[in-house]
Parts: sequence; C-alpha cells; structure tokens
Amino acid sequence: MADAATAIAALADPTRRQIFERLAAGPRPVGELARGLAVTRPAVSQHLAVLKTAGLVKDQAEGTRRIYEIDPKGLGTIRAWLDQLWDTALLSFKEEAERPKEKRSKEKK
Amino acid sequence: MSTTTIRPAPVRKSITVKADAAHAFEVFTARIGSWWPRSHSVGSSPQKNVVVEPRAGGRWYEIGDDGSQCNWGKVLAWDPPSRLLLAWQINGDWKYDPSLVTEVEVRFTALADGETRVELEHRNIERFGDKVESMRTAIDSEGGWTAIVKLYAEAAERTA
Repeated sequence: MADAATAIAALADPTRRQIFERLAAGPRPVGELARGLAVTRPAVSQHLAVLKTAGLVKDQAEGTRRIYEIDPKGLGTIRAWLDQLWDTALLSFKEEAERPKEKRSKEKK
Repeated sequence: MSTTTIRPAPVRKSITVKADAAHAFEVFTARIGSWWPRSHSVGSSPQKNVVVEPRAGGRWYEIGDDGSQCNWGKVLAWDPPSRLLLAWQINGDWKYDPSLVTEVEVRFTALADGETRVELEHRNIERFGDKVESMRTAIDSEGGWTAIVKLYAEAAERTA
C-alpha cells in the first residue's frame, strides 16, 4: 500500500527527478532516457516503475520498445496547480492583512 | 482498474502576518474579496467579490460583475479567530462540482509579538482523481512543465 509515498516522495530522488525532467521535454524510450545518466538502464527502468506507480508517468508499447511520457492525469498535476494557487492567494492575503487601516480601499463591515 | 491507490499528501502552506489572530481571521473571511486573486475565478462574468458566510453550514461563493453567484463550496466549521474549515468544490477546470468535496483547513495561531501564524492545509486531493484531464492546458498556460518541475523540486525539498 503506497499511501504517503506520494508523487512528491517519488520525485525526492535526484535521479528520478532528472528522468522526470527529461520527460517534460516529450515522450522518450527507456534507452534514450538512460543515455548520459550515471545509472544503468535497468536502474532507469526501476525509477520509471516508481514514477509510474506514483501516477506521474505512463508508458505504451511501440514495437519492441516502451515509450514513457508524463501522465497529464497524474495527481502531481493537481498538486502543482493547488501549490501555485495557494502561494499566490496567501501572499495576497498577507498584504491585505498588514495594510494599515486608513489605506484600505474597501472596508466591508 | 483506472483509479490509483496513491494518496497524495495534502498541500500545506503557512505564512506569518503582522496582525493579531482576530484581524487575520476577519481579513481571511469577511474581506476575502479584497485579496483573492481575480484570475482565479469560476464565473463567466468577471469576479466582483468573494463571500464566506460566517457560520458552519453556510456557503462560500463568488459574485460576478453582473450580480450572478457561483458556488465554491460549503463552510464546514466556523471557529473564529482560530480555525476555519471550508469545502473546496471546484475542479481543475475552475467549475463548481457538487460531487467533489475536498477540504481546506485554515488555522490561525497567535504568536508572542502580536503576529499570527496562518497555516493552510488543502486535503483529500486524491478526490480530484480522473477529473484532471484538461488540467494540462490550464497548467501549460501558466508556464508549462518547466514551472511544474520546479514546483515539484521545491515541494520535494520542503518535505525531504
């Protein structure tokens, strides 16, 4: 049961993050992903399996190869969206909460 | 099987404001319309105001320039000045979806020097589930995957 082992945890590993970043440029086969990395191809496959379990990437067969790509339905996407949303909203909230009383544009009581 | 068993950690944010808890709570709720980013809007008409009804069982919603109201969800708990629990029922397409219930809990903790720690947790995000397909467009328009990867990296470092 991989509950708290989240998408974020899956990306805490630097090699996995590197692989994920490469996939951000577009779908790639395993061999191409492994090129230039300091780990073996089987290790890359293993990292991809973790990313797939976390719902971050998906794969499909193309002939004898497997092509990996970022899964747009992955929950990581929703996290990134909410992360950005709340960052923006809270900064704006802080600004308003710290605004001196006389400068408030709309005082609603 | 199309559903995932992965349960992602909640989105957690916190910020310290130079104001007491009562004021911070009031700005967060009664004056939400003065700080909520206008770009994050559900209605078809431009957003004029956002309202959080001051009671458990109430609603929170936005009001458009044309006076139309669009629900965002329910107020689940109302405990001023320390805690607020909202049901976030907006999906990834910025549409109200009554079948989607995720929780946003906001805690206001008074600090020694008159400041307030505001902690926000947006949880049950796995319930967005398969509703996120069209998110790719929304996210792409805000800086693309590079920005997302950066967010991931930052989030990963925070939780490491």
